[in-house]
Amino acid sequence: MRDAWLVAGKDLRIEFRSRVAVNQVIPFAAAVILLFGLALGPSRQVLAPASAGLFWVAVLLSSVLVTQRSFAVEASDGARDALRLSGLDPAGIFLGKALAVAVELLALEALLTFGVAVLYGARLTGALVLFAACVAATVGLAAVGIVYGAVASGLRVRETLLPLLFLPVAAPVLLGATKAWDEALKGTPSGGLGWLSLLAVFAVLYVAIGTVAFGPLLEES
Amino acid sequence: MTRSRILTTTGVLALVGIAATVWLGLWVTPNAVNFGDLVRLLYIHPPMAWVAFLAYGMAFLSSLGYLWRRTRDPRLDRLAGASAEVGVVFTGLTLITGSIWGRPTWGVWWTWDPLLTTTALLFVLYLGYLALRRVPGDPEVVARRSAIAALIAFVDVPIVYFSVSWWRSLHQAPTVDLSGRHLYVHGSMAWTLLLGFVSFTLAYAWLTAHRYRLAALADREADEGLRQALDERRAEGEVLV
Repeated sequence: MRDAWLVAGKDLRIEFRSRVAVNQVIPFAAAVILLFGLALGPSRQVLAPASAGLFWVAVLLSSVLVTQRSFAVEASDGARDALRLSGLDPAGIFLGKALAVAVELLALEALLTFGVAVLYGARLTGALVLFAACVAATVGLAAVGIVYGAVASGLRVRETLLPLLFLPVAAPVLLGATKAWDEALKGTPSGGLGWLSLLAVFAVLYVAIGTVAFGPLLEES
Repeated sequence: MTRSRILTTTGVLALVGIAATVWLGLWVTPNAVNFGDLVRLLYIHPPMAWVAFLAYGMAFLSSLGYLWRRTRDPRLDRLAGASAEVGVVFTGLTLITGSIWGRPTWGVWWTWDPLLTTTALLFVLYLGYLALRRVPGDPEVVARRSAIAALIAFVDVPIVYFSVSWWRSLHQAPTVDLSGRHLYVHGSMAWTLLLGFVSFTLAYAWLTAHRYRLAALADREADEGLRQALDERRAEGEVLV
């Protein structure tokens, strides 16, 4: 577990100093929600009910970028080999990288929530369910993202392969998080509780798979 | 030699079985009360779906076997790849025949029914898996990563199914009711359906075995090519000496 903190600290420090997330991922997400606005027209009657879904699609697309970034920092200067030789527990490395991605995504979600409220006129009710859905969904996305990021890392076609592998698997997260948000924004947050448990199951399952599978993924190449 | 004879027999049986299914399905069996001629799709659509799931199950089991150190074997990896490839083909066929069934029955080519949505996602998931397998690189690395991808994809299937069916049940009343009209399968229809299942399963075994053989040959060719290149370089060295 200490290893996880170390790796997460390292990744977050790199992000904090390089500011790639701030300079590229956040503007990308902003562009996505602006484009949704253009695609669906200026009417708030259309945009406000759709805001939960649009928000989560934007998050999903951004999480592909964040995951790719998380492995790009390992690609240069033989950092991947250094990580493997460091003697850190593979499970710890997995948890650390997933944690760093989750923290970055949560920060992004906080900003996007604001954006959705302003641009789409979504009324943010049921804050507790909104927040819980963000946490559960983000942990699930980060776990799947890191496993698939490791699967695709080092391959010549990783940029195109990762989204293809990652997005279909994340479909239940999109569904669960969107429905939970929908219920909360409609003012019936208790309707979202079932979806929260689905998100939690997904998160627990993939964190477990990642913890087990990360060893074999790191030991080679 | 005997192995290839078994393979040929399987292939012949599969083809004859499918031909017989087509003949029985199109000419011999009667129309169904509620479905008319459409019922004839029944003899191929469910067997195709069954083969797709069988193929993915096989790919999952062999991937699991590959990941487990004690049973790690390139043959398991080849089997997983061959099986998944056949699975993707049959998933595509399932979606197409399902659409053909859906248009006259419900008036739409597509509906967001849990089973349909899951099948479509499955199709995309395993296309990704096959794309990963095709990536050039150290065969063992690609094999291990593919096995993990297969594992994740397979675990995802029940979650997708569950979440989509929940999504649909909470929504407005489904526009299309899949279980609305009852279909009684009896007599020659039941036999034709059974024959369909058996012959498509044989076709699965046949195709997978051939795909497996092809992969094994490709691996061997790569090995031989490497050895040949090494020998040539060595020969060049001797000439120079």
